[in-house]
Amino acid sequence: MKTPTIQLAGIKKIYQVGDQEVAALAGIDLTIHQGEFAALMGPSGSGKSTLMNILGCLDRPTCGSYKLDGEEVAKLDDDSLAKTRNKKIGFVFQNFNLLSRISALENVALPLVYAGIGKSERLEKAREMLDSVGLGDRADHQPNELSGGQRQRVAIARALVNDPHIIMADEPTGNLDTKSTREIMDIFEKMHGLGRTIILVTHEPEIAACASRQLLVRDGLITKDAGKGEVMEVV
Amino acid sequence: MLFMESFEMAITALTANKLRSLLTMLGIIIGVGAVIAMVSVGMGVRKNVTDSIASLGSNMLIVMPGSSNRGGPRGAAGSMQTLKLDDAEAIKKKIKNIDYVSPTVSNSYQIVNGNQNWNSSVTGVVPEYMAIQSLKVSSGSFITDDDLTKRNRVAVIGTTVASNLFGSENPVGKNIRVNNSPFKVVGVLESKGQSSVGQDQDDVVIVPLTTAQERLLGITYIRSINVQVSESSKMDQVQSEIETLLRQRHKITGGKEDDFNVRNLTSLMETMTQTTTMITLLLGSIAGISLVVGGIGIMNIMMVSVTERTREIGIRKALGATFQNIMTQFLIESIVISVIGGLIGIVLGIGISKLIAQFGNFTTVVTMLPIIVSFFFSVGIGLFFGIYPARKAAKLDPIEALRYE
Repeated sequence: MKTPTIQLAGIKKIYQVGDQEVAALAGIDLTIHQGEFAALMGPSGSGKSTLMNILGCLDRPTCGSYKLDGEEVAKLDDDSLAKTRNKKIGFVFQNFNLLSRISALENVALPLVYAGIGKSERLEKAREMLDSVGLGDRADHQPNELSGGQRQRVAIARALVNDPHIIMADEPTGNLDTKSTREIMDIFEKMHGLGRTIILVTHEPEIAACASRQLLVRDGLITKDAGKGEVMEVV
Repeated sequence: MLFMESFEMAITALTANKLRSLLTMLGIIIGVGAVIAMVSVGMGVRKNVTDSIASLGSNMLIVMPGSSNRGGPRGAAGSMQTLKLDDAEAIKKKIKNIDYVSPTVSNSYQIVNGNQNWNSSVTGVVPEYMAIQSLKVSSGSFITDDDLTKRNRVAVIGTTVASNLFGSENPVGKNIRVNNSPFKVVGVLESKGQSSVGQDQDDVVIVPLTTAQERLLGITYIRSINVQVSESSKMDQVQSEIETLLRQRHKITGGKEDDFNVRNLTSLMETMTQTTTMITLLLGSIAGISLVVGGIGIMNIMMVSVTERTREIGIRKALGATFQNIMTQFLIESIVISVIGGLIGIVLGIGISKLIAQFGNFTTVVTMLPIIVSFFFSVGIGLFFGIYPARKAAKLDPIEALRYE
């Protein structure tokens, strides 16, 4: 059988608050295969963001094992984590997180800077990526000259530019109107169709319903793991 | 990450906040400018002093009569009448490693040509005087050995004397009266301008030593003997040889006091050079303090910049920027500030020292050394004061940074 893309075993994240220990994640076991579209749901404070950060290699678990493509990443140092993020993971955030001083094109090209790719190749790839999200004509605009939906499409182009096989999206439609939400979700479904692994954090059941798998996180544990179409109540 | 990318990012960041970048640079601009201007003033003082000493001739020993102390009250230095022309001749003959020996006498006299008159210093010299004082004759000739032996009434005059007595006329071949005795002008000296102490070096009348002694002053002794030593390393040796020789000639034995003094100009020059170097260093380091203050300004602004851009740092880290990447980006930013500031400072410093020279009537000397040193010092300061903020940026936790509002 193929190595799972993501394999978590006994992942715990414990924060020290004063002299009390608070477990944000209380021992998570989770396997996600290549090409899955998983929605992480849960009320605020459930630990879904913490889980997302660990899955996205932005944070390390206190204990437990996290194998990404069969490689243990739980104990990697900061720079190795940065390189892993750069190569394997594309991020899409709720508030877009674009750099405001540079153009859409340069924003999209940013991950390639850290991948060590030369300037002309970088800009060419970024332009292709912007074209593919339908923003080729907005390449030279700065983020504040774009609408919310357009900004999120720029952010998706940026997430995809270095060709990662995992996309982590944290409430990507949280700040968008219905029309833009539809556009963004279409793009995610298209990416899913192309075989990328997508992990989406959301608290909207309708959004989660697009995913092929729905995971409910509560009190630092995955309490429900269901297939496509089932509408879960978060609360 | 490639250097060029960091450089471009730094320029983007600095142009996004033009006024702030300029104000930050101002610290470095003023610092570098002040160092260059102050050191150029110090070097100017040094040049003045060394020039004035060098104009007396290099490797020079000056033999002067001691002070008279017969009968109680002591006279001024040089008041003894024991130093003779023969002593000069003896030094020339008996002591090795000497280029020139030039005995002199001098006094002030009224000089007259027709209805024009002028008071000037008249110096009795030997022909070697010309070489030893690096004098040049612009027209006519200098005193000759023949003039010396025959006690000829000839004179060589400086340009100040020439213009005061003759106007635009060529004085060579004309007669002047010195203390009412006629002298023939045989040459005019090339202008040497003012000495560093403000003395007009062209206000001189030069006559043969013997003529001055017998026909003007009526004396048999001389006021001083300038001895030029061939090598500076032989100065001390020649000095003690002259002392021994003169003690012998003047029959001074045992512990008796010398009736002459031998002065060493090179040691004077060394002392003066040391002093002016200290002045230069002092001025430079006071100015250097402002450079350090400028560096602290850079650090301050970089700290603010890091805090303001916490989110940007978080985004870059999420997209795969390593510690090294962020560190480089911020370090280059502070170095760019200090390099541009340093370059502007160099221009400013040179400009200020030219202005001081122009309007302050003050010699300034701009040399490469302070320019290079202060420039690299400013770059070093950018680097040093940039490291802490850059480290702070690079060490930010990406999750915290992304969450920062």
